[in-house]
Amino acid sequence: MSTEEFSVIGKPLARVDAWEKVVGAARYADDFFLPRMAYAKIRRSDHPHALIKRIDTTRANALPGVYVVVTGRDFPAVRFGILPVSQDEEALCTDKVRMVGDPIAAVAAVDEETAERAADLIDVEYEVLPPIMSVEEALAQDKVRIHEYGDGPNIHKAVAFEFGDVEEGFRQAALVREDVFFYQGNTHLPMEQHAAVAQWSPDGKLTLWSSTQTPHYVHRALAKTLQMPPAWIRVIAAPVGGGFGGKTDPFSHEIVVARLAQLTGRPVKIGLTREEVFYCHRGRHPVSMWVKTGVTKNGEILAMHFRSYVDGGAYGSYGVASLLYTGALQTVTYRVPRYKFEGMRAFTNKPPCGPKRGHGTPQPRYALECHLDKIAEQLGLDPAEMRRRIVVDEYTKTANHLTITTCGLRECIDRVVEASGWREKHGKLPYGKGVGFACSSYLTGAGLPIYWNDMPHSGAIVKVDRGGGVAVLCGATEIGQGSDSVLTYVVAEQLGIDPKDIRMATADSDLTPVDLGSYSSRVTLMAGHAAARAAERMRILIHEAVAKKLEVVPGELVSRGGRVFVKDDPERGVSFAEAAVLAETMHGTLACAGSYTPPKRAGKFKGSGVGPSPCYSYTACVAEVSVDPDTGEVTVDRVWIAHDVGRALNPLLVEGQVEGSVYMGLGEALMEEQVFREGLHKIPSMLEYKSPTTLETPEIYTILVETVDPEGPFGAKEAGQGPLLPVPPAVANAVYDAVGARIDEVPISPEKVARAVELKKQGKPARVGPERLPVFTFPEPVKVASAFGEAADPSVKRKTQV
Amino acid sequence: MPAKPILTLRVNGEAHEVAVPVHKTLLEVLREDLGLIGTKHGCELGECGTCTVLVDGQPVLSCLALPVELEGQEIVTVEGMAPPGQLHPLQQAFAELGAAQCGYCTPGILLTSMALLADKREPTRDEIRQALSGNICRCTGYTKILEAVELAALRMSGEVAGGKHGRGATA
Repeated sequence: MSTEEFSVIGKPLARVDAWEKVVGAARYADDFFLPRMAYAKIRRSDHPHALIKRIDTTRANALPGVYVVVTGRDFPAVRFGILPVSQDEEALCTDKVRMVGDPIAAVAAVDEETAERAADLIDVEYEVLPPIMSVEEALAQDKVRIHEYGDGPNIHKAVAFEFGDVEEGFRQAALVREDVFFYQGNTHLPMEQHAAVAQWSPDGKLTLWSSTQTPHYVHRALAKTLQMPPAWIRVIAAPVGGGFGGKTDPFSHEIVVARLAQLTGRPVKIGLTREEVFYCHRGRHPVSMWVKTGVTKNGEILAMHFRSYVDGGAYGSYGVASLLYTGALQTVTYRVPRYKFEGMRAFTNKPPCGPKRGHGTPQPRYALECHLDKIAEQLGLDPAEMRRRIVVDEYTKTANHLTITTCGLRECIDRVVEASGWREKHGKLPYGKGVGFACSSYLTGAGLPIYWNDMPHSGAIVKVDRGGGVAVLCGATEIGQGSDSVLTYVVAEQLGIDPKDIRMATADSDLTPVDLGSYSSRVTLMAGHAAARAAERMRILIHEAVAKKLEVVPGELVSRGGRVFVKDDPERGVSFAEAAVLAETMHGTLACAGSYTPPKRAGKFKGSGVGPSPCYSYTACVAEVSVDPDTGEVTVDRVWIAHDVGRALNPLLVEGQVEGSVYMGLGEALMEEQVFREGLHKIPSMLEYKSPTTLETPEIYTILVETVDPEGPFGAKEAGQGPLLPVPPAVANAVYDAVGARIDEVPISPEKVARAVELKKQGKPARVGPERLPVFTFPEPVKVASAFGEAADPSVKRKTQV
Repeated sequence: MPAKPILTLRVNGEAHEVAVPVHKTLLEVLREDLGLIGTKHGCELGECGTCTVLVDGQPVLSCLALPVELEGQEIVTVEGMAPPGQLHPLQQAFAELGAAQCGYCTPGILLTSMALLADKREPTRDEIRQALSGNICRCTGYTKILEAVELAALRMSGEVAGGKHGRGATA
């Protein structure tokens, strides 16, 4: 790794927030205790689908200690939602509930216990409607509609695209294979339950502290639903105790506490119970998938046709984007010259699905990597070697008009093949032991904003104090991924100072420039660039002042080690603190802003907005498993994973992101599932919703590959989401290597494995997975010429220009 | 017994008098009455390990413990792991090795590890896994947590010099 050129970048430093976190001093949203604070509880629906006929709050209001009880009628009649095209949620439901757990009324009381008791005393009369619990039921029940909008009865969205003539590709193929897969939904399960505290100032301004990954969108939602000027609303994201996408939507409870605080004249706090967190959800969509691929005898893909049937749950959430993501990134990993995608998202009476780590892409990745494993076997090719041959080419476009910059996937493949002893193990281990292989790619920040505009996606201000202290103000949200640390490193490197001399002020809509939020793996690249640019401007001001003092030209100066000095005569220089005084004397108050807007590279067709990114990360993974053929239990013994992160700004933090991604991928592969019975979550507790503990998590061997992408700050790409993607299919392929059984759906539970082993014993096809797909007629595809193999636009920075 | 008996709790070496309803949990009393917000909660049902504190040196889920039963016992929270201004070797190692990401499960894991190291000076990795199997972490994949406990154990047994980076140092 080429870190010698840097003082801070590339060093395995402790996180800047590590110290407050290990002493328990970090203040999460639920840690705010304000004078006169009241506590809120929300009364939620008991029915998955019903009309609200009457809400009687008399008994709740009469309970001593209750300050106020509100229903949906106490709010402006305005809906909200994260996407402009799916404004379908209410702060409190007025006429209809669409899932168990939908908010109906809320209480503010002297303490949490009183609020809870009062919420139970609210009487709700329902007219029960037939619940729709699956995509198939959503399609069959066209007389019962969950929402009045969408692309058909209970169809939130249906899309179809064709890039090049896939049928022609299939005609030329030596092998055409079709497979069907199902990826069960699962949830984020952050350790911190969502919490929010609202407070109004006497002059009518609102402050909300919340455990949110997207304070900017909460700000928008509050302004809209409370019908207030945004200027009077301040949203502060407290450090988030785990997000993984589960705290990226604006939530009803955030709006409710704001209103309750207004009505009571007190600060009001709400903390969700673990059960409520399961119902808030916005996690992994359950997706049924069909994929058809035509290949040459060497495994070169000639055409691919992919269909996804997405179970969206009760609200839109990010669903349109999630749906498009199930189709967008298939082309970014391997060369796919012709590509067709058809997808639909149905509404069902379950908690809404949304973005979870990997947003819409782990499901198709599972399908594709299991599918390719089968193709390799049919062609008699080594699955790792076959993939290595078909990796995308750098600085080209994909069939669906996405631009590839750097791609370190071949090196990732070589490194995990080598480290894992793949060649000695695949197909050669004793019965019950196996290895599986898979690859993936992921975006480094969504190329387009949620609200389409030409403003920056991220901004930062660097302020220098007379004592040499530096403050960085940025809207980025620390959710544990290390955003505060990364921004500190970038500024420290630019100014040549110790990271300890920098203070971060983040995620506060009053004080910090907008950053769109901690989602889509965007913070390191986008906020990193914004902070780097602000710091670079500051360095220019400082060098100008120091150059005058030292009687040199600014170009002769460098900033490093807390000093500003002449490059060729390091003894001639001043401390950073002295430099700050010189600069303030020359320029006045020292504050510089920087911002970042991603390049506009989306294709010229409707629906092209999901998928573009400044650059893509790449990952290769080998999983080694032991399978008990009698019980079907799968034990993952070891995972090797190589990740192309562009450049590791801090290898310790990147490893942490990779290890955490592997862990979360294993949970999805083996045990986690969000399942329902008549609208009720079957297992809404941390005991019953199984997630891996220390005992189920194997040794993880992480390899970082650095391609130094010209699009990223110091060459960095993302690390927080991509490494999850290849893990579930690598496990599935390892199970096949171990016992010869294909499990074409997650979770790969013992019951499914045992059933497949039994089928094999009976001489039947050893496969467990979906037998059929929902019956749905997709719209005519939007036909767009394939851009496959075209050179990236001349505006794309090449490595030689670094 | 009155609805709000006055209890004397010994927390982090200090005696505190509190008057709280008998059903109020230790978790709630620590956070709401004593201002010790370092103790976190993830389920309030005894399932996730996040709220772990030490009672007479043993890990206890504070969401299931009632103060009325804990009078006269020594309660230690994350705030009391080390003397003021100092770090316990576990805290030092967790910070240096990136064992805390979102940091929310960290206090509970630190205290469970502290009890383990009081019991076993040099636990094996499997023994650490066993000891921490009731503490869920969703960020780290546990790898860096296991490494940090091992490093702290080595430093505490004097085999590796401790805290070379020092508190708050970054390079």
